[in-house]
Amino acid sequence: MTNRNTLTEKVDICVIGAGHAGCEAALACARLSLETVIFTVSVESIALMPCNPNIGGSSKGHIVREVDALGGQMGKNIDKTFIQSKMLNRSKGPAVHSLRAQADKADYSKEMRCTLEEQDHLTIKQAEVCELLWEADGEKKKITGVRTYTGTTYLCKAVVICSGTYLNARCLTGEAITYTGPNGLQAATHLSDSLKEMGISLRRFKTGTPARMDGRTLDYSKMEEQKGDERIVPFSFSTDPDSIQKDQISCYLTYTNEETHKIIRANLDRSPIYAGVIEGTGPRYCPSIEDKVVKFPDKERHQIFIEPEGLSTNEMYLSGMSSSLPEDVQVAMYRTVPGLENCKIVKNAYAIEYDCIDPNQLYATLGFKDVKGLYAAGQFNGSSGYEEAAGQGIIAGINASMFVLGKKEIVLDRSEAYIGVLIDDLVTKENFEPYRMMTSRAEYRLLLRQDNADRRLRKIGYEVGLVSREEYDALVKKEATINEEVERIKNVILGASKKNQDFLETLDSAPLAKATSLAELMCRPELDYRKLAPLDPERPKLPDDIIDQVETEIKYEGYIKRALIQVEQFKKTEKKLIPEDIDYDDIDSLRIEARQKLKAMRPVSVGQASRISGVSPADISVLLVYLSSKKKHD
Amino acid sequence: MTNETIAAIATPFGNSGIGIIRVSGDQAVATVDRIFVNAKGEHILNSMESHTIRYGFLLNEDEILDEVMVSFFKGPKSFTAEDTVEINCHGGSFVLQKALELVIKNGARLALPGEFTKRAFLNGRIDLSKAEAVMDVISSDSEIALKNSVSQLRGSIYHKIKEDRESIMHETAYIESALDDPEHISFDDHKEEFISDVDKVIEDINKLLISADNGRIIKDGIRTVIVGKPNAGKSSLLNLLSGSDRAIVTDVAGTTRDILEEKVKLDDITLCLTDTAGIRQTEDVVESIGVDKARKYMEDADLLLFVIDSSVPLDDNDREIMGSLRERKSIVLYNKSDLEPVVKYEEISRMLSGVDIIKTSAVLNEGFEELKNTVKKMFLSGDIDLNNEVMITNLRHKEALITALNYLLNVKNSYESGISEDFYTIDLLGAYSSLGSIIGEEVDDDLINTIFSKFCMGK
Repeated sequence: MTNRNTLTEKVDICVIGAGHAGCEAALACARLSLETVIFTVSVESIALMPCNPNIGGSSKGHIVREVDALGGQMGKNIDKTFIQSKMLNRSKGPAVHSLRAQADKADYSKEMRCTLEEQDHLTIKQAEVCELLWEADGEKKKITGVRTYTGTTYLCKAVVICSGTYLNARCLTGEAITYTGPNGLQAATHLSDSLKEMGISLRRFKTGTPARMDGRTLDYSKMEEQKGDERIVPFSFSTDPDSIQKDQISCYLTYTNEETHKIIRANLDRSPIYAGVIEGTGPRYCPSIEDKVVKFPDKERHQIFIEPEGLSTNEMYLSGMSSSLPEDVQVAMYRTVPGLENCKIVKNAYAIEYDCIDPNQLYATLGFKDVKGLYAAGQFNGSSGYEEAAGQGIIAGINASMFVLGKKEIVLDRSEAYIGVLIDDLVTKENFEPYRMMTSRAEYRLLLRQDNADRRLRKIGYEVGLVSREEYDALVKKEATINEEVERIKNVILGASKKNQDFLETLDSAPLAKATSLAELMCRPELDYRKLAPLDPERPKLPDDIIDQVETEIKYEGYIKRALIQVEQFKKTEKKLIPEDIDYDDIDSLRIEARQKLKAMRPVSVGQASRISGVSPADISVLLVYLSSKKKHD
Repeated sequence: MTNETIAAIATPFGNSGIGIIRVSGDQAVATVDRIFVNAKGEHILNSMESHTIRYGFLLNEDEILDEVMVSFFKGPKSFTAEDTVEINCHGGSFVLQKALELVIKNGARLALPGEFTKRAFLNGRIDLSKAEAVMDVISSDSEIALKNSVSQLRGSIYHKIKEDRESIMHETAYIESALDDPEHISFDDHKEEFISDVDKVIEDINKLLISADNGRIIKDGIRTVIVGKPNAGKSSLLNLLSGSDRAIVTDVAGTTRDILEEKVKLDDITLCLTDTAGIRQTEDVVESIGVDKARKYMEDADLLLFVIDSSVPLDDNDREIMGSLRERKSIVLYNKSDLEPVVKYEEISRMLSGVDIIKTSAVLNEGFEELKNTVKKMFLSGDIDLNNEVMITNLRHKEALITALNYLLNVKNSYESGISEDFYTIDLLGAYSSLGSIIGEEVDDDLINTIFSKFCMGK
């Protein structure tokens, strides 16, 4: 029977998917006063956390801060719904301090849904988008709308695809295969075909999640308790730290053992991955327990963190033990772990396969190179993680809006934000697995700290229109306070008095040889701003986040200066733009490999070209000479 | 202009008495001023007018390296349109290399292949119509430099650098894994092993740097080919000079069918000795291949050592070789002087006037001191030269080693002053990439790949 529904709606922007990318994208569009519809296969699954029950973590915490600084929602949402919070790597340098909070999953989802529902210009629609509508626009295509499974047409000027892991999704638990999205939700089975018809190339990725246990069946006395931090630091720059101090829930640590590994090895032939049933490429950074046992045979045990899924459920998440083994093997292996001897599984572990794109088809704006008005974010782009999704979501949302408004789109570069690194890696490099952010991916990480995300990005958020005047003013004030304090510290001079020397001795620090500024003294590894309080009676009372920044600026001044010099070099080549109509076949001196890569990737700047693997420094020199000769000719 | 200051040898290599080092960039004057003084011992470069030339000396600390003329071209009126200083050296290739090293030690960086031309073009000094040619120069020069870098590296050193590089990468990945997954991986228990690994690489690089000074990183030295008809005593000579029994010595003519190479050090100078199959018309297929190769080697050689068997009459083979000796740097070894001479010394001397002839005897171990001294004299006077690319490659390797070393010293310094390990990565990767440039390997995604393959990440 043909569908006779001819209902047609007209909006500005359609966002497909209401996960972490979709929510940020839709909120950004609606907050910029554009009429926006966000589509989801189930309203119940808005901002669902289908895998780990936490937000943040090493380098991911940075992204949450950046999303917040730009005017996004993730930070605010987790500040309202966390049940435990920890600053990771606190004993290391400031660049790698990273916030991670355990979320109450149900609350997190509910809170985000409320935010969406209360947002002006935003409509939530439970429907599966099956088709993108477009028209030819010169050599490119241009988006004109979307059509849902029920046949309704939404005419619009821009579309943001945030389909996550739902496209043609398939879940595997051993021999059992279901054609569903995460958590048994309905998969989206039509959009892929429409994308392929448009000439967008798709590929297949895979990821997985561990089992959820009935918390009542676990014996925590056999595990190590993991508590949250005493003083909780919020994610959002707009959250008052004092307002979120509360009792926290603990996590627990236990370990696999030889017995566990034996069971896994004996049943590898029943793992869909090792049996070759799964074709999708899985991520190396969160390997299934099968992978860990096979790849690291010398490791006698692997850590397992038991994390609560929320306050209103007794489900417990088993971090470190994702698997796609059959149910009987899962039960057997989990029960070898101390504390899990009598465990009962609420939800089985499973692997999930899904369609996604090669993100090299995108500009760093997250717009498709060949389709005007079409943007994409999140796992659909081949990334993984809630935070990576949110980071892309807000950028895609902003740029879809800028496109509709006819304004200049924004691109964050590698020296400005982890989000910039994330997107640049996605659109420039060859990715063969779901991409996860890691601190080692950011070459200027000393500048990209979680504590200064507001100083890096608030202004951009404000100019775009997502950050309020009030929030922006708070930043301006904060910056002034930091600068004043740094100046003051540099000018507090301490003499070699007995009182000073005695005090330094109590801190195991060498006596002063001559008059020294407080700033110089702070540079000693054993000293810091807070420890030197007795020598600095005049100091103003400042909040923790400001003290931390003052300290970083003074203590690591040399390293920061070095990084700034590198950034200056980097910016030079970033600013050298490559015209879109460049004909690489016209440049004979380029090596063939470089020419092919450049043609396929179509980098927008010489800087981006230089990061494409297979393009050598000599090729870049040739390109520079070519561009310069072209420019002079014109 | 904020370009880095670069330096390179600007004159084609050969036996010319003068070689020019060109220094270009903002710091060109300041760099050369540190090492150049006039006859009165004054540093005068800063007050020199554009497009003038001055006489003086290059100083390596307090020692005079060479007597030079220095000219100065203020940008944009120079080849690159940047401030440019040119040093005209007189001391032959060895001194020229030392002078370039000195410039680099004082603040310039070795120019990349084609870089002067590239700058000249980008700064508008080269006609637009030449863009094509400029691009060709850059790409072909780069290719040659890359090929030389690896192909001229001695095998054992290639492996050493590879090993050190892997060690650096392992340590970096350890640090980064622990930072990314602090709850699963801890670096704290690994600290002592870490610093001892860094120390080991520092030690290795220091050793390599000493080798670089001796020219031993590179396979090449002065390409010296021993020629002569079969059984004239070439292999015995090679064995004697190299102190080993590498070449098989028999009294059957045509024993050496292929090419043998050996390095011999004469104090500062390294000879890359090649023993060839004797040149003669032969029916033996295998041997004839060797003979063809020998002819090829002769063409490429910097120095020919022609061995004459004085105990048998000269034949066509000898005459063929003598013909090809003309216009080549060569020394004649009047060999087997312990036997009754059939060929007269005077006869040779008359036929090859102007060529050094030395009487040698492998059996009596005679004439070798004289040979060494003659080679040294020819080299230091600039009569024979090292091959250009080899010298530059050696310098490039040295520069990369020093860069890597400095990075690692930064790491050590940070470690010792109690800075946490997340600060080491930039320097570790810097060292990794510098060493990689020597063996022609890029960085790409090595770190991420190593993290995943060697460390078991959580979740």
